[in-house]
Amino acid sequence: MNKAVIAANRFGYGARPGELPAIARHPEAWLLDQLQGPSRVHSAISELSTSADVLVAVQELRRQQRRDSKDGDVVKNYGRTVRQHYIEQVNARYIAAADSEQSFYERLVHFWSNHFAVSADKQPLPAIAGLYENEAIRPNVSGKFVDLLIAAEQHPAMILYLDNQRSTGPGSALGVRANRRRSEQEFGLNENLAREILELHTLGVNGGYTQNDVTTFAKVITGWSIGGATERGRFADGVPGQFEFREAIHEPGSHTILGKRYPDDGLGQGEAVLRDLAVHPATAHFISGKLAQHFVADEPPDQLVSQMADTWLRSGGDLSAVYTTLIQSKNAWQAVRSKYKTPHDFLISTLRAFQHSPDNPRFLIGALDMMGQTPYRPGSPAGWPDSAAQWGGADALYKRIEWSDSVSRLVASRVNPVDLGDAVLGESFAADTRNAVSRAESLTQGLTLFLASPDFQRR
Amino acid sequence: MTTRRELLKSLGVVTLIGGLPQLSLAKARDDARFVLLVLRGAVDGLALAAPYGDSHYEKVRGELAMPAPGSSDGLLQLDGLFGLHPSLQTLHQSYVANEAIIAHAIASPYRERSHFDGQDILESGAPNNGVARDGWLNRALAPFGSQLGSEVAIALAQNTPLVLRGDNSVTSWAPSRLPDADATTLERLQRLYAGDEFFATRLEQALRSQEIAGGMAASGRNTGNAARQFAELMESAARFLSTPNGPTIAVVELGGWDTHANQGASNGQLANRFAALDNGLGRLREGLGDHWSKTVVAVVTEFGRTVHVNGTRGTDHGTGTAAVVLGGAVDGGRVVADWPGLGDSDLYAGRDLRPTRDLRSLFKGLLADHLGLPQGFLDEVVFPDSAKVAPMRDLIRS
Repeated sequence: MNKAVIAANRFGYGARPGELPAIARHPEAWLLDQLQGPSRVHSAISELSTSADVLVAVQELRRQQRRDSKDGDVVKNYGRTVRQHYIEQVNARYIAAADSEQSFYERLVHFWSNHFAVSADKQPLPAIAGLYENEAIRPNVSGKFVDLLIAAEQHPAMILYLDNQRSTGPGSALGVRANRRRSEQEFGLNENLAREILELHTLGVNGGYTQNDVTTFAKVITGWSIGGATERGRFADGVPGQFEFREAIHEPGSHTILGKRYPDDGLGQGEAVLRDLAVHPATAHFISGKLAQHFVADEPPDQLVSQMADTWLRSGGDLSAVYTTLIQSKNAWQAVRSKYKTPHDFLISTLRAFQHSPDNPRFLIGALDMMGQTPYRPGSPAGWPDSAAQWGGADALYKRIEWSDSVSRLVASRVNPVDLGDAVLGESFAADTRNAVSRAESLTQGLTLFLASPDFQRR
Repeated sequence: MTTRRELLKSLGVVTLIGGLPQLSLAKARDDARFVLLVLRGAVDGLALAAPYGDSHYEKVRGELAMPAPGSSDGLLQLDGLFGLHPSLQTLHQSYVANEAIIAHAIASPYRERSHFDGQDILESGAPNNGVARDGWLNRALAPFGSQLGSEVAIALAQNTPLVLRGDNSVTSWAPSRLPDADATTLERLQRLYAGDEFFATRLEQALRSQEIAGGMAASGRNTGNAARQFAELMESAARFLSTPNGPTIAVVELGGWDTHANQGASNGQLANRFAALDNGLGRLREGLGDHWSKTVVAVVTEFGRTVHVNGTRGTDHGTGTAAVVLGGAVDGGRVVADWPGLGDSDLYAGRDLRPTRDLRSLFKGLLADHLGLPQGFLDEVVFPDSAKVAPMRDLIRS
């Protein structure tokens, strides 16, 4: 398998017809150049509203719903609006990925959006999950990890998803008052965000922190909230729909986490903890492992992970430097296709092969749902898994075949499957597969065989 | 990367698992069938099995109270205290035949009121949120050696639910909304996959599932109403569990229990939902045929609902609820409950049925006595940090 095919498929979302010869001139440079970021964000994405506007609008609908819960139209209106935002954002995501000339960058955006996962099965996340990806993740994937980390943890989507907006320090002004009135139900500490930052976003589950670190960290980030009135009309200060630090619920005092003392510095206290977590050896190793697993193999070589972690620590968490170590490693260019595509990956590479910009978001969401990867809906803060063990269910493969067949029926009249295979897989289109495709009884069948072939299902 | 194995090693339980297969196979009946039915949305346990004999019942339930057994539209008698919802006829037959247990005033360890977190706890088996990333029923599969191509467990769902997600290989099947790929295309794919074990095994397995599911696929494609879809799904589950060398454990889900408004009593919205559930249970029993005698079905939900009726003639998120265990292997005909009462001072947080039993006890009892899993494994791996939660040891016929 030549390096252009590897660069396009393993690191990018697959070649569009005509792309391989250009990549072949210098595959490493093709990848490294993308780390500068695209010169402009795809218009499908830049034309979306901001998450702050959407949040304010849907929260207003929610308030109406509470007020007039017997009015069926009002209730439906909330659901319809949220769904509309979700569909628009999903569509924009897949249009941008299908059209992109820098699909390595798109893959990085989606990797990190999944690392810092929010899930659209909790309201109002469907209305803002895609905006979160574009606002907090997209601009930060090739800079310093700490900037990405802070942007993700302070985005309203993350704050809402992991319930930090009302997490109240027991010693904060409001906490003390609430305790006096014994209304713990409403005002208490919520450890959810603190725990997931340590367990999923930075150190990893074996990263050496204790339950005490979790609880203390939760206190440190009390007050990380969202501006504007909450649904029940409390807290009217701050810019509505945007991150807001609320002193009144922030636990005062200095705190010790992982053996280090952090003086009371309001918002800065939690950010100081994040800055240390971002360059902690456990973080460097945990996330390098995830990156290597995502790009190279379900069980990536230890040597590669160590090299990336070394770069991480030496560069102070410079993500472009870490990717460069990955790209320059021989381990990353082995000819064997060791990754089974996820449904998301399969769908995008199919769109790219057909040079088709998606125009039917319901069909697209339905396809991903059926193949087991509903967009922005991993169902847990751990995000989607990244190994064939998780995606390789029998029914899941069967659904891929059925979907390939349906898609082939739609496009067969305008695509020759052998030419398509040559264009997107180049010389790595295996002779056996090429033979089977060329002998198909119809163009539709040939396309189905191609899309469902191990050659196309793996990268 | 941290693998589960490394995590377990750090907990000192890898050797325990390593020694398990012989241990468990010696005890487990390999013909035991287990179905976990997850009711999403929080079922009102006081409607499922109503404590008509509690002196506070009629007063606290108001318009949601149902007539005592023997009256028109009345409850189906369980014992002097409890009656089953009148829609649950099939379940009642099983109860009368000593094949069903109602466990009441039961809950997972979760004490907040979010469906999302509540279902996470119910399915992860962890004592609190954010600890486990996989499901207890998946972890319980380790001793069975559930391998790719010979999976012990199947999810009757598009997405494998959390309870069954994890390192052990499981399979899945759901009715498809797409037309079948045509037979010659599938044959050609089989040939194309012949040189690639990963694809070849999976296609074989999928074609086998398609064959077992057979007629279901055709009717399942129609969207129809939710009740009929559920009945068909339960028939499919029965078919999978009756197939020689097929899966022996199945997970099925049914939503629609979040009755905040116009819940109804003996008739109405919730009654219709119970009827759909009951019909599905009947289809499962019928479909399993001779296997029913070796079957246990556990019907559970994430939490209960408020004891008092709310302002929209429904109930809000609560805590304690009821669970059902039925099947030919169940030592049934009993209600299992340490009844906390419905008086104002009896309620949890002044509003909910106080939980006096832990759902994990029920699960652990079933896994120990029906599937033959050793208690140490259940205490540490399947339900982490649960040594203090003793298994219910009297659920299964000896």
